[in-house]
Amino acid sequence: MFSLFVIPFCLGVLALLAISVIKYYNWIKGFDRMQQTLVRKNILSWKFLPAIWEMFRECLLHWRITKHNVVLGYMHRSLAFGWFLLIVVGAVQAVLAYPNGHPLYVGIFFNFFEPHHPVAPNAALPFMANLMDALLLYVFTGLTLAMVKMFWSKLLGMKRTTRHNMTDRVAKFALWCIFPLRLLAEGATSALYHNGGFLVVAVGNVMNGLGLAGTVFEYHLWVLYSLALGIFFSLMPFTRYMHIFTEVLLIYFRKMGLRDNDKKSGYTMFELSACSRCGICIDGCPINRELGVTDIQGVYLLQAIRNKDLRNRAESIANMCMVCGRCSAECPVGIDLEPIRRQVRAERVKAIDNPDGLQYLKSLHHFNAVGRVAYFAGCMSHLTPGIPEAMEQIFRAAGQSYWYMDEEGTVCCGRPLQQQGLVREAQALRDRNKSMIKKSKATMLMTSCPICYQSFSKDYKLDIPVMHHSQYIDMLLKTGKIKVEHSDMRVTYHDPCELGRGCGVYDEPRRVVAAAATLIPTHEEREKSLCCGYNLGNISIDGSQQQLIRDAALRNLMEPNPDMIATACPMCKKAMTRGNNAQVNDIAEIIAKQLIEN
Amino acid sequence: MKKIAILGAGPAGIEAAAVLAANNCPVTLFEKEAQPLCNITDKAFLFPNFADAAEVAAAMRAKLDNPIITLRCNTEVAQLTPSYITGFQAENLTGTPVWKVNDELYDIVLLATGYTPFDARRKEELGYGIYPGVHTSLEMEKMIREGKIVNSLGESPKRIVFLQCVGSRDEKSGNHYCSKLCCVTAVKQAIEAKKQLPNCEVFVYYMDLRMWGQGFEEMYRTAQQEYGVNFIRGRISEAGGTFDGRVQIKAEDTLLGRPLKMTSDLLVLMVGMEASKGTRELATQCRICGEYGFAQTKDPHLHDCQSEAHGLFVAGACKRPMTLTDSINDGRSAAYEILTVGSINSTYEQ
Repeated sequence: MFSLFVIPFCLGVLALLAISVIKYYNWIKGFDRMQQTLVRKNILSWKFLPAIWEMFRECLLHWRITKHNVVLGYMHRSLAFGWFLLIVVGAVQAVLAYPNGHPLYVGIFFNFFEPHHPVAPNAALPFMANLMDALLLYVFTGLTLAMVKMFWSKLLGMKRTTRHNMTDRVAKFALWCIFPLRLLAEGATSALYHNGGFLVVAVGNVMNGLGLAGTVFEYHLWVLYSLALGIFFSLMPFTRYMHIFTEVLLIYFRKMGLRDNDKKSGYTMFELSACSRCGICIDGCPINRELGVTDIQGVYLLQAIRNKDLRNRAESIANMCMVCGRCSAECPVGIDLEPIRRQVRAERVKAIDNPDGLQYLKSLHHFNAVGRVAYFAGCMSHLTPGIPEAMEQIFRAAGQSYWYMDEEGTVCCGRPLQQQGLVREAQALRDRNKSMIKKSKATMLMTSCPICYQSFSKDYKLDIPVMHHSQYIDMLLKTGKIKVEHSDMRVTYHDPCELGRGCGVYDEPRRVVAAAATLIPTHEEREKSLCCGYNLGNISIDGSQQQLIRDAALRNLMEPNPDMIATACPMCKKAMTRGNNAQVNDIAEIIAKQLIEN
Repeated sequence: MKKIAILGAGPAGIEAAAVLAANNCPVTLFEKEAQPLCNITDKAFLFPNFADAAEVAAAMRAKLDNPIITLRCNTEVAQLTPSYITGFQAENLTGTPVWKVNDELYDIVLLATGYTPFDARRKEELGYGIYPGVHTSLEMEKMIREGKIVNSLGESPKRIVFLQCVGSRDEKSGNHYCSKLCCVTAVKQAIEAKKQLPNCEVFVYYMDLRMWGQGFEEMYRTAQQEYGVNFIRGRISEAGGTFDGRVQIKAEDTLLGRPLKMTSDLLVLMVGMEASKGTRELATQCRICGEYGFAQTKDPHLHDCQSEAHGLFVAGACKRPMTLTDSINDGRSAAYEILTVGSINSTYEQ
């Protein structure tokens, strides 16, 4: 069972295998120490099972994309799952037809080899042929949608789609050719030997009717089909289609606990390669929506890094970002883009200009800690003194003794520097605050700023619990330590990026607002909430651009015409207060105002 | 005779009304407050000659004692619609465009709806509304007028800090423009404070001092030489409260290049001027709303009291920040333009 035309296909598969193995081997070798330890520890653990379920759900069924848009999900599913089933059912078909063994490519070119089969076919084969045709039809529906998406992406829920480079386009063309060529080739065989399922036979009959049947014609079509496959497979490792395999591995590694760290590692390479460039990250991005900048979104960042286009593009792309996390929240592959941007930024910044810039840290060493709760209001809260004032009232009402750290020489939590890639400097600030917290013997740390909260809870590795004041107030309300009067004020709540998408705190602040006022939902909230525009993550945009992003967030919040906007971040509060004369308050201020004195 | 409405009985509106009335044109003056000249009667003394604000206001109010001036206080104009938008041309008997002011028709409207002080709460880091020692320049003016400058405990302050450019020349609050009169107002208030409290230390934090008017530079010099007012170039980044009700400020002295902290009994925020709510809304209705909500004039040089809308004139601080002197002059110019361009006694020609 051999024919010359299978050679392009076989070569393509061999090239794909060889290149993939080399790439994956190198990337795994490039894991940093932490990642290596995690792999060694977890490779044979039970985490394998949920990983397999996620691989099936995401790589084949594309569940997250379906949640984003049903039609888009169907398109991806029909292409991925449809093709996968075509290969599996084809292989089963080959086993049924040739129980005594056969070369692997027979499953792919089954209809070509099958008519020469001397023995009476297995009884199940006619059913299998029809099943294969049904699957092919399924793939064709997806293919049609993919073509529609090229011209009318809105139908599939996408305002903008990714601009692909040349290699990607050639590979896409090869991919799109595979399925029609397969049908034509099988049809041509069917025209001669009357095999195949309902679809193939129909195509064969049409060919007969047109007088096209003939072995030469048939053979050429099989050559073209094999060529399309060969071209696609050999291009695959150099295009976005590598995500098909990489995503599988990425899911497994992620389940083992691997994450991106400060430096680019082998794991980063897996993330870069797992991006399918679907472009879902583009529509939600505030830089696209409000500023009309459409070439800096996650997909382009990963593309630029992957193409080693660092000097020209990746750097400016990495800087032009609010780090609001909306893209990561929507990414169907679950790629965490923030650390990757930070890595690129870190490559750019050398260090703070002034080598003595951090000397002042040494002069801060006296403080008096009182109370079991350490309160770290944070730099931004100093610019919104209403928030710490309100917290003071709440502490007093709850009878909680606390230590107001900021009054005794705390420094910035370090996250703004971290976001800019100034990793060493950020660490110096963290060390300073950490030593203070340790010496204070506080049993809990509380902060009013979500930026600090994210930093303390993720980067400090403290051995005491860290809380944002929304969680703390929620706790006080639940345990009855404080009581508030419910007012009939209608309030919309703005999810700060750092608290919501950053730390997953969505419910606590909402419960707090609901305790004191009537909470009204808005159109884009929780994971889809809009950036306030003043995030410290982006230092490339100017004031007027920040205002555009903020105004969009305000429009969403003002739409239900509330009496007040509530938020849980001093930065967001400042941004929005600057924007209009609508009342903007932190949840702590709302609670402090509604406190019932015991 | 054409019907003239003047919206806003401030210095510009009153001066225009007085000039028009002197030329035998009856005018109706609309004022949303109970009294005219609200933005002057809350002042103590006026720069540059320390004239008593109450006397100036009384003199201005006297100009309204003319039977052909109708003053309607407590009357807020919510609707100002040009005929070419609503298309009630049929109701217009004289054949010229008319303006619907609330429910009445007027041939000519002078917009003199003025400014509103910047809401200092929008700069929360300066602690206004949070710490009792933080005041706006308007509240300081009131204390000066009553001769009772006190700190949050009701005691005589030992130190007063003035901060310039609150809500002006400030990208973050969205106001890029200079409000023009805060610089000299701070100098004036610093001198007044020193006159009332000679032992009190007075500091003025500024970006640069714009002593553009007649006598301003001299006042600035006097403040330093005779009254010992300290001027520090730099902005205050944040204010905090102290346990004894005072205000602690963090700032930078940009001449010395050093950060500094200072505790003061009072922090006075020199709030800038923004387009008033009336200016914003009416200018938008008439489609002459320009930058920052101020009314847009036809030409800054040649037709600064006219607007693009026919029969609609603009005067005073509804166009841009203006001093009292400028506003009076502008009201006078507007009256002149109404008399000539508005062809007040002749039939309308295109």
